[in-house]
Amino acid sequence: MSTAVRTKTMTLIQAINDGLDTMLADRKEVVLMGEDIGKNGGVFRATDGLQGKYGENRVMDTPLSEAGFVGAGIGMAVNGFLPVIEIQFLGFIYPAYEQIMTHATRLRMRTMGHYTVPMVIRAPYGAGVRAPEIHCDSTEAIFTHMPGIKVVCPSNPYDAKGLLIAAIEDPDPILYLEPMRSYRSTREEVPEGKYMIEIGKGKKMIEGDDVTVISWGAMMPIALKAAEEMKIEGIQCEVIDLRTLFPIDKDIIAESVQKTGRTVIVHEAHATGGIGNDVLAIINDTSFLYQKAPAERVTGFDAPVPYFGFEDHYLPNETRIKHAIRKVMMF
Amino acid sequence: MDNQFPIQQIMDPNGIIVSPEYKEKITADLAKSFYRQLVRIRMFDRKAISLQRQGRIGTYAPFEGQEASQVGSALALQSSDWMFPTYREHGAAFVFGHSLRNILLFWNGRNEGCIPPAGKKIFPPGIPIATQIPHAAGAALAEKMKGTKNAAIAYFGDGATSEGDFHEGINFASVCKAPVVFFNQNNQYAISVPIEKQMNSKTIAQKAIAYDIPGIRIDGNDVFTVYFETLKALERARCGKGPTLIEAVTWRYGAHTTADDPAKYRDQAASKSRRMETDPILRLERWLKNEGLYDEAWVRDIEADAAEEIEEAITEMEAFPPADPADIFNHVFAEPTWQIREQKEEYLRLVGGVST
Repeated sequence: MSTAVRTKTMTLIQAINDGLDTMLADRKEVVLMGEDIGKNGGVFRATDGLQGKYGENRVMDTPLSEAGFVGAGIGMAVNGFLPVIEIQFLGFIYPAYEQIMTHATRLRMRTMGHYTVPMVIRAPYGAGVRAPEIHCDSTEAIFTHMPGIKVVCPSNPYDAKGLLIAAIEDPDPILYLEPMRSYRSTREEVPEGKYMIEIGKGKKMIEGDDVTVISWGAMMPIALKAAEEMKIEGIQCEVIDLRTLFPIDKDIIAESVQKTGRTVIVHEAHATGGIGNDVLAIINDTSFLYQKAPAERVTGFDAPVPYFGFEDHYLPNETRIKHAIRKVMMF
Repeated sequence: MDNQFPIQQIMDPNGIIVSPEYKEKITADLAKSFYRQLVRIRMFDRKAISLQRQGRIGTYAPFEGQEASQVGSALALQSSDWMFPTYREHGAAFVFGHSLRNILLFWNGRNEGCIPPAGKKIFPPGIPIATQIPHAAGAALAEKMKGTKNAAIAYFGDGATSEGDFHEGINFASVCKAPVVFFNQNNQYAISVPIEKQMNSKTIAQKAIAYDIPGIRIDGNDVFTVYFETLKALERARCGKGPTLIEAVTWRYGAHTTADDPAKYRDQAASKSRRMETDPILRLERWLKNEGLYDEAWVRDIEADAAEEIEEAITEMEAFPPADPADIFNHVFAEPTWQIREQKEEYLRLVGGVST
């Protein structure tokens, strides 16, 4: 069956704006909350034009208080609304940590389903855009460690819109991480209207038989480039975009690793306690005896994200990824 | 500053009405219904401490001394309003219509205890201090956006006013004129820390100035003041005039929880000796006696009814089915993730339970 779907060329940030617009029109319970998201349309323009279209009640500028408006969002979610909250940068989410950890993620459990929190928290994350300090954090693992919240992270415009809509439709809290480095770096065709990418499903970006390269978000373009360049050396990488960081798609990992027997995991977050370790655990549990080499992780260092003058050294790049690929191949 | 926020009082410790404009409003029926609730929750509170001592429930947070604050404020609510209690407001929650069995289940480590009766909008007790304040602001804003006349009440103690969530929640509510009453029970101690070490300000009510909302300081042991001032604040909320901060000045006679020994940080003998003057139940009793409404047979009936109700709830709590380990996994998400499914199956297989 083929249905002609109208598409539009969009950047990742435009796809997010279009997803929010689609859901504001589709469900009257959807309300957007955050700092500078109204008239200003958000510091990255994710909500550009939406307050004009839907009014101040549905696209709400909040006081500058992450704990306050995430907490208020919980109260609204429990009372019939679907809040989509913008945290200006992931590095500014920490005042709301308590509200997320002690309430958003466990109200369903505390009340055995009587009260639930269908809320989305959107946050741009990551380094590589010469941003001031604390604007570059990639601390997704703090949230994947919390039971009761799902964490998603698209790498491209198509997935960004589909995952956002799926997140808003999900009955539980979702942290939706936006790779700010990729906001405007590429354009692609994005369907108009409503469609969803299933939460918990990764995507195979390139097929290959030699090494599985697993990444997500802002590291995807770099992982893809490294994989492309390895072809010159005759190494065929299979590149997987996890898209969801909790619950991770373990089947896509197991299937690929059982085929290649070699794995390189790439993320810009710190190594210790990072999601790469969860991927290693999945490989251990599902594919231990298929491995031909110990899996490699290419990650940010166990140092605070440095000032941007140093960030090119902190962030994983093609050189480090290619080095890791050669290492698992030569083991 | 405390001169600008005098403690409002309708009935003095001798049970005399000192604000004559309320004389007409205080009917015998109203006063008697207050008295009945005060006795009911005090009997429950004492019983709960004894249950904890016997190992029949877990650690318990008593509220003896604060009954007037809890009864007066809870009775001012309408049935369709929201209540956001902390771990010390089960008296208020009970008066508002929470199930006593469930309150006991909560204190006995069961999530079932957080579920309010059908139609009652009572949040689970707030445990991390002040975090329920933004929730009340949000739930109240949601009512306003739906166009209802429902309001919310958020309870918190004196210590909570030092937390960021106190400021963030009240500020948010004041900006969007959310229909919410911020009801502070200033019992003057946050576990062991007295109020003068908690804040430099002489009152909590004065903090309302910063948000340009009404701040009212009341005698929290005078059930009439608590009731009428909460009613007024709720009325303001329903009319779109936004939040109110009420400081109900009160005292807890007992410990912070059954795991706490107040003798370590304050003079409990002095606390006890003030009782004749400050006890909220004795005060209403004096008024009833002054009015010729106090009838010992009626009081005995109230006590007998409350005792029976409490015993029934204890029986139900103790007859409640044992905790089903499947429930640890069943309510993390609407649909379990594969991790939760696997962990549940593996654990239940190990303990020989049945997956539900």
